[in-house]
Amino acid sequence: MSVAALFFYLFSAVMIAAAFMVISSRNPVHSVLFLILAFFNAAGLFLLLGAEFLAMILVVVYVGAVAVLFLFVVMMLDVDFAEFKQGFLQYLPIGGTIGLIVLVELVLVVGSWTIGSTSIANVTTPMPPGMTNTLALGRVLYTQYIYLFQASGLILLTAMIGAIILTLRHKVGVKRQNIAIQNARTPSEAVEIRKTPSRQGV
Amino acid sequence: MTVSLTHYLVLAAILFTLGVAGVILNRKNIIVVLMSVELILLSVNINLVAFSAFLGDLTGQVFALFILTVAAAEAAIGLAILVTYYRNRGSIAVEDINMMKG
Repeated sequence: MSVAALFFYLFSAVMIAAAFMVISSRNPVHSVLFLILAFFNAAGLFLLLGAEFLAMILVVVYVGAVAVLFLFVVMMLDVDFAEFKQGFLQYLPIGGTIGLIVLVELVLVVGSWTIGSTSIANVTTPMPPGMTNTLALGRVLYTQYIYLFQASGLILLTAMIGAIILTLRHKVGVKRQNIAIQNARTPSEAVEIRKTPSRQGV
Repeated sequence: MTVSLTHYLVLAAILFTLGVAGVILNRKNIIVVLMSVELILLSVNINLVAFSAFLGDLTGQVFALFILTVAAAEAAIGLAILVTYYRNRGSIAVEDINMMKG
């Protein structure tokens, strides 16, 4: 067994175990941590497939941003998560049945899959030889898929604005700086000169 | 023994199944449901990258990148809705989410 095959089985075994723990863990914080483990192993699989850029993006975006976002939300919400587990056994037969059916169908479909000779001949953007994965991906992304790339940027912008609008709230009673009012002040209304008689106090 | 495309496809199928089962089993806990959706999207990404590598076509990796983008946006929006809902109702139980029911 070659080293690549050994690492494939290692990564996939750990990833499937981590994914199983994500859905069966009692504590959502543990679920998030197992999700991070699954993402790391997926990044390892991507490395084995030669997609180095996507592997790094997976680590940075998923582990660094999305999983931490999940962790923040899980810890921020003061919810008793133990009561959510009560329906777990109730849904276990139907969930297990549906999962098993889906798995059998998928394995039957992909198990006998072979790549046809025409599909290799019809490759639209072949991987250029002697070029790193990131360079090749960038050359394709900024030319052939530029509109899709911009559209995904717009999706991220929309998501950012939506998330801010959904969660931002202004507290009442907080003093804020109003620059227009500050700039509109004149010396005549801001400063008052009074003549106080001496030796009498204010 | 070498790792073929079928190995990756079966692996992605198992991961997809775990994600679907997670959505069904953890129906009451919407945070775990969101995490299961992330697992499903990850399995789709594995499929795309595997096909990209074995066909020698870069398109699969480009589309995996776009799916990553959409998944990140989806997680952010979903969690923002969750936080807003928790502020309004004080709970995130899925059965209570029926305010928009007529």
